[in-house]
Amino acid sequence: MSEGQVNFKDEIQLVVFSVEKEEYGLEISQVQEINRLLPITRVPRAPAYIEGVINLRGNVVPVVNLHSRLKLGMRTNTDRTRIVVVRAQGIPVGLIVDEVLEVLCLSSSAVEPHAMPGVTSNAGYLQGVGKINERLILLLDLDSLLNLEELGEMVS
Amino acid sequence: MDLSQYMDLFLAEAKEHLESLNENLLKLEENPADHEVLNEIFRSAHTLKGMAATMGFEQITELTHEMENALTLLKEGKLYVTPEVIDVLLRCLDALDVMMKDLRNSGEQPFPYQPLLGKLQDLSKLSWSKSDLPSHAEQLPPKPLEFNEYEISVLKAAENSKYRVYHIKIGLSPDTIMKSVRAFMVFRSLEEYGQIIKCQPPVQDLEEEQFEDSFEVVFVSQAPPETISQALEKIAEVRVLALQELNTKKLENQQIGSHQDKIESPGNRAPSFSSGAGRTLRTVRVDIERLDNLMNLVGELVINKTRLEQIGLTHRITDLLEAIEQMGRLTTDLQSLVMKVRMVPIEQVFNRFPRMVRDLAREMGKDVQFIMEGKETELDRTVIDEIGDPLVHLIRNAIDHGIESPEERVQAGKEKTAYLRLAAYHEGNNVIIEVEDDGRGIDIEKVRTQAINKGFFTEKEREYLDDNALLKVIFQPGFSTADVVTDISGRGVGLDVVKSKIESLNGSIEVETKKKMGTKVKISLPLTLAIIQALLVSVGHEQYAIPLSSIDETTFVLPEQIKTVQNQEVMVLRGIVLPLVRLQRVLEVSMTTSENEELYVVVVRKGEHRIGLVVDLLVGQQDIVIKSLGKLLTGIPGIAGATILGNGEVSLILDVNTLF
Repeated sequence: MSEGQVNFKDEIQLVVFSVEKEEYGLEISQVQEINRLLPITRVPRAPAYIEGVINLRGNVVPVVNLHSRLKLGMRTNTDRTRIVVVRAQGIPVGLIVDEVLEVLCLSSSAVEPHAMPGVTSNAGYLQGVGKINERLILLLDLDSLLNLEELGEMVS
Repeated sequence: MDLSQYMDLFLAEAKEHLESLNENLLKLEENPADHEVLNEIFRSAHTLKGMAATMGFEQITELTHEMENALTLLKEGKLYVTPEVIDVLLRCLDALDVMMKDLRNSGEQPFPYQPLLGKLQDLSKLSWSKSDLPSHAEQLPPKPLEFNEYEISVLKAAENSKYRVYHIKIGLSPDTIMKSVRAFMVFRSLEEYGQIIKCQPPVQDLEEEQFEDSFEVVFVSQAPPETISQALEKIAEVRVLALQELNTKKLENQQIGSHQDKIESPGNRAPSFSSGAGRTLRTVRVDIERLDNLMNLVGELVINKTRLEQIGLTHRITDLLEAIEQMGRLTTDLQSLVMKVRMVPIEQVFNRFPRMVRDLAREMGKDVQFIMEGKETELDRTVIDEIGDPLVHLIRNAIDHGIESPEERVQAGKEKTAYLRLAAYHEGNNVIIEVEDDGRGIDIEKVRTQAINKGFFTEKEREYLDDNALLKVIFQPGFSTADVVTDISGRGVGLDVVKSKIESLNGSIEVETKKKMGTKVKISLPLTLAIIQALLVSVGHEQYAIPLSSIDETTFVLPEQIKTVQNQEVMVLRGIVLPLVRLQRVLEVSMTTSENEELYVVVVRKGEHRIGLVVDLLVGQQDIVIKSLGKLLTGIPGIAGATILGNGEVSLILDVNTLF
């Protein structure tokens, strides 16, 4: 079990944010902090969905354009655009999201552990879908979203 | 006394001694007559024993004690330095290493070292059967007497004037009363025949009865041995246990050995934590993490200094600028100091290789002459820690697959002994490490076939493949398979791991090979992962830092002065044709400005070539703190890392070597 795995046993706390009208959630323990949009330095030759790097209090941290990674079209920056800094395998990585909506508790019984095949092309990046009334929250699987080996290969 | 607080210290020191033992044993094997090395070995083993005894580690004490006995035999020339003897001693070191590791993890563990003790004791048996010592020798203790220079000169003079030099061991009956008186009588009767040069224990101890029931004297006389023993035996309760003529020619060696014999004398038996040479006395061991923190803080200081400079410049505050200048000097000093503290000679890594090469070569029946150069080359500690494994891999490959068996070499018309060289040296801001052998080299044709069979290239690409492109394939993951290993020199084994490790250190790796002539692997590593001087340049709206170490000069060029040679833009710089590379194009910076009237050119070195990088603006030179781009973005060609500028923005550092 890696740290990116959500514990389905009882209740989970999620940071919920929106990307192109869809709602995504990350377990709160995976989130290090939430920042306003910081100046981003482009990194030439990096994969397209790596928007660049930011200065996070003296550390250089890569930021991922979730729109691009999840193939959800172009992003327009607004006042509500945020960088959610997560830790994937111990490495801080920023995810650019349209808006951070809330932190909520979800009973694990409300989570469909497997994403429906064929429904979304991003199924591989999901570890489940949470249901709250009419809302569906897509639970991101950080490890596959930021698969370091895969990324490394793409870079070279 | 609670010794646990000394545990780390003990382990660290012990490790040093083990390393030194390893290294020196190999030296001794090469040069068995080197007494200084032997003495050094003895000292290390002895200190190790003393340390272990103080800490109460019985197993280590016992094993080192037995090693010491074997070493004593070597020192006395009663045992010869053979590969077998060295083997046994090296195995002991391995065992000690394991025992130390156990200590670190869980305290002293039962360890099956008895077979080793047996082997060591077998060595001693070997020594007696080989010994050609006179008949009295068995009765003499194996420990030689120690002589100072004066005594040696006396003994030599005595021998030159046809005196005989006797080494006599005198025993007293166990129940003798007034032992000192007997000793006195022995002295008096000996003095009738000659002169006593030395006695052990010293006369004072004898007078104070500080001895058991025997003592030794070295005596110079013209009288024959019989006369002397008869004279001594006349004294009641006195027996001559041994009487032997000393060969003064052998004494010189013993004299060199005398220093650590003194250590062995009971009075000095107290173990010392510092090694004999005393070089550790004025140093402090520091946790590397603390150094890292210190480095980071200095880095932050540098960034903030740059920030202050900018404020001073923007607001034109002269006083502030002056103060900053002072501060700048201080930070520069501080920086170079911290850097120096972090620099470690590569020796630490290299030292394990002679042993490895020896063992591997012996194991595989290959004859290898191993040469190390540039052990003193210094590298940042963090790089040192990481570089060991890749080198192990390369050296292993060289011996395993590159170097032929002696027979094969002779058949191929080569020297029987293969040559394996490990060298380190500085080149600009890089450290180069080379592993070179004169083995069979890599068979390019076989690599070509394999590369195509394995689908790294298509049949069509085949004809376009030049050797260099092909050699890169061996660093691809998956290229290493069993049949490749046996067919081609097998350098494909896990080389991808080596490559990624080197690249994670911002280094690069190259192979040169010639069939039947040998292979050379060249690793280039940054000197440090810390602070460097760089030139900041603007390209469009972006700023990049180019390490000063790779810059030759800066110049400018007018658009009409740019010529083309086969579609390659060039300029003529002082009569030399300089190829130009537009950074904007290479880095895919979006076009913002129309062509400037004047273009700035940064002339950089790439290997032996000089290339002009065309940029929009030279911003200025400054110290930058190198920050890693992190695991997610490692290995992007052309980008060596990032730095944070005074205004808080991140700027990328260009790596000229991999840029184009």
